[in-house]
Amino acid sequence: MRLTLRVWRQAGPRDAGALKQYEIPDVSPDMSFLEMLDVLNERLERQGDRPIAFDHDCREGICGSCSMTIDGRPHGPQQGTTTCQLHMRRYRDGDTITIEPFRATAFPVVRDLVVDRTALDRIIQAGGFVGVATGNAPDANAIPIAKPDADRAMDAAQCIGCGACVAACPNASAMLFAGAKVTHLGLLPQGQPERYRRVLAMVERMDMEGFGGCTNFGECHEACPKEISLATIARLNADFLKASLTRRDS
Amino acid sequence: MELNAGVPAGPLEKKWDSHRFELRLVNPANKRKHTVIVVGSGLAGASAAASLGELGYKVQCYCFQDSPRRAHSIAAQGGINAAKNYQNDGDSIHRLFYDTIKGGDFRAREANVYRLAQISVNIIDQCVAQGVPFAREYGGLLANRSFGGAQVSRTFYARGQTGQQLLLGAYQALERQIAAGTVEMFPRTEMLDLVVIDGQARGIVTRNLVTGAVEANLADAVVMATGGYGNVFYLSTNAKGCNVTATFRAWKRGAAFGNPCYTQIHPTCIPVSGEYQSKLTLMSESLRNDGRVWVPKRKGDKRPPTAIPEVERDYYLERKYPSFGNLSPRDIASRAAKEVCDEGRGVGETGLGVYLDFADAIRRLGLDKVRERYGNLFEMYERITGENPYQLPMRIFPAAHYTMGGLWVDYNLMSTIPGLFVLGEANFSDHGANRLGASALMQGLADGYFIIPYTLGDYLARARPAPVAGDHAAVKTTLAEVNGRIERILAGDGKRTVDEFHRELGRIMWECCGMERNAAGLRRALDAIPALRKSFWYDVRVVGTGQEFNQSLEKAGRVADFLEFAELMCRDALHREESCGGHFRSEHQTQDGEAARDDERFAYVAAWEYAGDDREPILHKEPLVFENVHLATRSYK
Amino acid sequence: MGWIAGFYRSTIGRKIVMAATGLLLVGFVAAHMTGNLLIFRGRDAFDAYSHFLQGLGGLLWLGRGILLASLLLHVHSAWTLTRQAQAARIDGYAESDPRAATRSARAMRWGGVLLLVFIVYHIFHLTVGSVHPDFRRGEAYGNVMTGLGVSWVALFYLAAMGALALHLRHGVSSLFQTLGVNHPHLNPVFAKVATALAFVVPLGFAAVPLAVLFGLVR
Repeated sequence: MRLTLRVWRQAGPRDAGALKQYEIPDVSPDMSFLEMLDVLNERLERQGDRPIAFDHDCREGICGSCSMTIDGRPHGPQQGTTTCQLHMRRYRDGDTITIEPFRATAFPVVRDLVVDRTALDRIIQAGGFVGVATGNAPDANAIPIAKPDADRAMDAAQCIGCGACVAACPNASAMLFAGAKVTHLGLLPQGQPERYRRVLAMVERMDMEGFGGCTNFGECHEACPKEISLATIARLNADFLKASLTRRDS
Repeated sequence: MELNAGVPAGPLEKKWDSHRFELRLVNPANKRKHTVIVVGSGLAGASAAASLGELGYKVQCYCFQDSPRRAHSIAAQGGINAAKNYQNDGDSIHRLFYDTIKGGDFRAREANVYRLAQISVNIIDQCVAQGVPFAREYGGLLANRSFGGAQVSRTFYARGQTGQQLLLGAYQALERQIAAGTVEMFPRTEMLDLVVIDGQARGIVTRNLVTGAVEANLADAVVMATGGYGNVFYLSTNAKGCNVTATFRAWKRGAAFGNPCYTQIHPTCIPVSGEYQSKLTLMSESLRNDGRVWVPKRKGDKRPPTAIPEVERDYYLERKYPSFGNLSPRDIASRAAKEVCDEGRGVGETGLGVYLDFADAIRRLGLDKVRERYGNLFEMYERITGENPYQLPMRIFPAAHYTMGGLWVDYNLMSTIPGLFVLGEANFSDHGANRLGASALMQGLADGYFIIPYTLGDYLARARPAPVAGDHAAVKTTLAEVNGRIERILAGDGKRTVDEFHRELGRIMWECCGMERNAAGLRRALDAIPALRKSFWYDVRVVGTGQEFNQSLEKAGRVADFLEFAELMCRDALHREESCGGHFRSEHQTQDGEAARDDERFAYVAAWEYAGDDREPILHKEPLVFENVHLATRSYK
Repeated sequence: MGWIAGFYRSTIGRKIVMAATGLLLVGFVAAHMTGNLLIFRGRDAFDAYSHFLQGLGGLLWLGRGILLASLLLHVHSAWTLTRQAQAARIDGYAESDPRAATRSARAMRWGGVLLLVFIVYHIFHLTVGSVHPDFRRGEAYGNVMTGLGVSWVALFYLAAMGALALHLRHGVSSLFQTLGVNHPHLNPVFAKVATALAFVVPLGFAAVPLAVLFGLVR
């Protein structure tokens, strides 16, 4: 099939960018979206043009590298699917597809569709962990964990840190990302000792990085390739409120 | 070059214990005076960097991805083995040790494997304490499943995302150390060479992938956890960024490369669909727990699978290996698939595929149970192929997946360059000629959490590396060489893209050094690779400059190294005149087509030393001594 | 008291303040609306109700103080969060395709501004009386009749009630989420309550200007 692409091209963080149009005459429906871009890039390179820069790595929907907004939707139109797992059989001959980077002030553009998402790492640094040094763990079965709790923790822990939630949110909020981690660790006994310190520190960092607040639009959940629940945000709110009311340290 | 494995004396069970007592310590106040470089942030790298940071070393951690959480360990699906014997089904440290040695076709070092089995139990404890949400039973205790090559259930798992959860545990421990200031993280920074001064590894040369700045970073020791080289086949289950550059450059600086021909072809991957294919997707081996593998009995049977009656199906794994059946080890299952496809009984349009059928499992367990166990894998399969595996059997085919070979290391995980430690898939150490499922995660974390923290200290205490100046002659030369290579790549004004060369190399390697190898094919590859390399250097086209974010340049550097490394792989495969594990030489097989090992001549580790660009590498042998297991012909029948 | 400042500085803290004050204001509008309906019982009943409220004295002022403070916090948190959200995405998308956001959610900001303008006008119109054509202290019923007898004023009141409907719909359905309550059993209940309030309260309010406009009350 024949497709028209409008792709955001931007040489560097301080350069101006613009949408540029490309025609691809020979797209196979079995290609993945990124393979379609590979084909275009090889063609550009043969012509001596700069290929389109985009982040990608595992191409099986788990590393969270791929980050592009396709026709206004982070990771494209398919529910619960990363860009790398999106296949061209979703499209019809003659379609025009607009591809832009994940947009947020906290995610500055590096080049073309590549953005800097280290702000998410810094949120984890603030407290998204259990402070257990190597070697001082008790036996793994010493603390039983109810299966429903373990399952819910796993639901939240599936977050791949891609930032689609931020990209989709009209406020560029990182609440789903932070909520997923706070929920994952907060549901497990191992996460209890630091539960309230964690939520305060992570929220403080999140605000500092320049993400917006949550207004319960729900776009984040809609865009999330792992379909993380909005309940994680409620839990973040509840833990934050409890922590604020009960913390004793400054 | 002398290979001294440094395996401690004494009975197998006591070796690691007594060795730990022998190892020297660095006192806490001195630890912070030592800078340690960790390259790679996967399970091995992240766990090492975090653990060394916790101990108080000044750690610098480098990864080429935009975040340490994206390392390819994240994609491991099935699980992690540990000899916990929670299931009371007869497991023990000794059994895990034996299964791993046997699974590796008796080509691994006993002492290392035993230590791995011992440490396996601590890994699970550590990960649970970090908040890894392993699967649990209703009683609240950990669940297990069985995996290829084992008759006990010792695999711990977190749905089909075990690697992800373990990596996030290690990543979170790493981020905690970054916040504490003990680890400095350098994402989007790629190691392009190793700095060796006075025979010791003293740093690395890196390129900042955003700005293009090439820099030397010096330290008292270098820990490489840079993964495997499966992408030498172009199509593999590895992430697109996985590459051999770090280990290959270290090889050129004097680190011996162990068993490069040992590569694992994973039996359950989604088949290739076209020329544009950029990677292959693995379907977890855990699927073989409940899925049944079959092909039609009749050649060229093009009926849809549901129209083929039971009696006309050949469940060939169950037929050939009745006691392990669909859970036969990977190398055996892969070759069996190739065999039936070679007979013309393969399925799908290309004829390169076999069925993995869940109809029985759905009947036996119910749709919900199957969905609970494999739901995310089934969804992934449907997204990629457009077929619904709840209704139609999956089509699968083997694909390059893991490389058992890697830099040679001693018992302390140190390479032949003092001060250069190699962990995880990047080293050759624990899996012999074939790795069992759910063992890669175990090894990566064992190396990073529980081995390197001890052995690195011993090295620093003994070697006491002297301070080096940033403008040391060796630093300058290494920098100049790296810059020279980049300039050479950019200077080319050819017509072909980097990927064209990579695909071509992949075809040669898959055909001649893939699932089945023979002398004639390997010789053909050894002719073809240098020719391809030559044409790469005059015909490759890389657009852009070195002083910017340039993904084509990154790729070109990696492919250039693959083009050299592939030759070493073929050379090793050619010299090993036996079949063992993932290395199957068609000249060496038993009458019923099984691998014929030659313990008389080949019970050794082949460690190759770089001797110069225009000279053949030198082969060194580390004999493998088996004091605790009986060398047997592997049988899964 | 530093923790209060810290709490209010954070995005979540301000959202919680917005939700809590919102909850209070929802209670107020519901009560206000119920009181308004007394107008259909005639002049005497309505004026008596008005005199009763006036007679509360200090209590009335306490109530007004709390409501004013809630309103100010509600508006301030909304205003600053909006500014922050705008700063969080300076370069926007060329294409956007929102899927989840409801119309009421998207109306929160402009609807909120309209409501604020309305509230200020309404206070000066029927409480203070300074923008009323013929305000007579103590004659609440008469003031409503003459005040809403001006048709553009009645229409403005109706428009504001439209905005209130949307505001309540999203506000009530999401304030529990913001306060940290999200449960598969409760969420549908919250959604139904929000929908019910979004219909009943604005309709109850709108009944008055409509009745005046169509001469159903005199």
